[in-house]
Amino acid sequence: MAHDLSQSEPIGNVWNPATTESRTARYVLIAITLVFLGLFLFMPLVSVFVEAFRKGPAEFFAALVEPDAKAAIRLTLLVAATAVPLNLIFGVVAAWTIAKFEFKGKAFLTTLIDLPFSVSPVISGLVYVLLFSSHSVLGPWLKSHGIEVLFAVPGIVLATMFVTFPFVARELIPLMQHQGTTDEEAALSLGANGWQTFWHVTLPNIKWGLLYGVLLCNARAMGEFGAVSVVSGHIRGLTNTMPLHVEILYNEYNFVAAFAVASLLALLALVTLVLKTLLELRYGAELRAAGGH
Amino acid sequence: MISNLAKAGWRFKRPSVIPGFGLTLGFTLAYLALIVLIPLTGLVWRSASLGFTGFWQIASDPRTVNALKISFGTALVAALINVVFGVIVAWVLVRYRFPGRRIIDAIVDLPFALPTAVAGIALTSLYAKNGWIGQFLEPLGIKVAFTPIGITIALIFVGLPFVVRTVQPVMEEIRKEVEEAAATLGANRFQTITRVLLPGLQPAILTGFALAFARAVGEYGSVIFIAGNLPYVSEIAPLLIVIRLEEFDYAGATAIAAIMLLLSFAMLFIINLIQAWSRRRYGYGT
Repeated sequence: MAHDLSQSEPIGNVWNPATTESRTARYVLIAITLVFLGLFLFMPLVSVFVEAFRKGPAEFFAALVEPDAKAAIRLTLLVAATAVPLNLIFGVVAAWTIAKFEFKGKAFLTTLIDLPFSVSPVISGLVYVLLFSSHSVLGPWLKSHGIEVLFAVPGIVLATMFVTFPFVARELIPLMQHQGTTDEEAALSLGANGWQTFWHVTLPNIKWGLLYGVLLCNARAMGEFGAVSVVSGHIRGLTNTMPLHVEILYNEYNFVAAFAVASLLALLALVTLVLKTLLELRYGAELRAAGGH
Repeated sequence: MISNLAKAGWRFKRPSVIPGFGLTLGFTLAYLALIVLIPLTGLVWRSASLGFTGFWQIASDPRTVNALKISFGTALVAALINVVFGVIVAWVLVRYRFPGRRIIDAIVDLPFALPTAVAGIALTSLYAKNGWIGQFLEPLGIKVAFTPIGITIALIFVGLPFVVRTVQPVMEEIRKEVEEAAATLGANRFQTITRVLLPGLQPAILTGFALAFARAVGEYGSVIFIAGNLPYVSEIAPLLIVIRLEEFDYAGATAIAAIMLLLSFAMLFIINLIQAWSRRRYGYGT
């Protein structure tokens, strides 16, 4: 006997001792996980709320109803309400092209759609500055027509669209590829037209994946900092989104107000996580079939 | 038959009864071009117009070199730490059942959902010298906030879910038979994990590493608060781009951005090559 079998037998596990770790190893690994996640994820999250309420609820609410904060909240909602639906339409259309047809250059097109994920947010903002600044090709023309893009709302929307560009498409493409084209072919052969097929057959099939993509897209759109910070110009009450407002308050050492606004964003993150988890629990099999997250 | 095939020859699109190809492809390309490709081309064009000497002057500037070194160095360290802990977290979530597992599983995605600026100020308050964690590190002489260690911590935060979420589904796919076979052949648990399971997970781990690294290199929001932003010490490349922009030095900002893009695409390309190789050598189905 080259191997002593009793040696590899874990203590206290009678079920399948050969394919799991010893009890000690399991406890150690679980402990490492809890400590690591506790330090790096849980404590930052809790600290946001603790810091926000450091001086009591009165200061907390005062920071939220102050005019600049309200303007920032409105702008953030406006930007997300513009960027997310546009990227949603794009995502559905792009996924239809890529998942329902076979054509040359498809893999390359998919890579291009993912491109914004590998570009730094700051660079995402920079490309629009280069495109629309007064030294650029478009700049003088825009100026003579009185159109403001940079340091104004359109620039913020564009930068947000750039960074959230792939979210919906990325969620839908694998899902629709997995579902194939047989449902649509059946509908078409029964006399439905293209629009009816999409509306009554494809859309019900992809609705949960779509919601999942929109959820992630929205969280990123409302929370985007780097790209928006480059194009916004930081004009208080006008071009400050919530994350930018947090930065300004923080840099003014107004920590309670900064964390109060930040806690709203943290709340948004929590709601996103809860909805996402519910979707995964309820429709996990469908979403997983798509090879998503 | 042969003439038919020859006639079919090169075809852009395989015939299909499903309508809307022209319309959807046209819309996809137009939208992609407007939002992503034209702006990015503008960046490439702008940096090309600097000429080689102009470009090199900015690229070899010590402040630029240092910022790039800090960005890529801290991103590398953070991605490596994330690989180690991300694999452990994924393993615990896939294999073990314990109270609170679902909550832990859900909270792994927090960095995807929490705005980076919020993460930045929260981490800074934790690691400042009177913060919850910082107060214990201060007497030990470890300074985290306003040093490259702080940058690394912020980058660990943003990169963690990329590793866990890439490795986790592949771990779920591992068939018990593989481990049973290894055990039957006399391998102990450690040997089974290191010689049988980990090599099969290697492509997924590499992908997770690449995603976490790519994200960390470009990260801005969560880093600038904790970094302290001292030139040559804790100034990251994205911040230097912002500083150049605020000085209206568009050429400088463009050149640094172009270098960052080039370096990260080169690294992703190399990782893709390694991955293709390791997939051929060890990979499971995917």
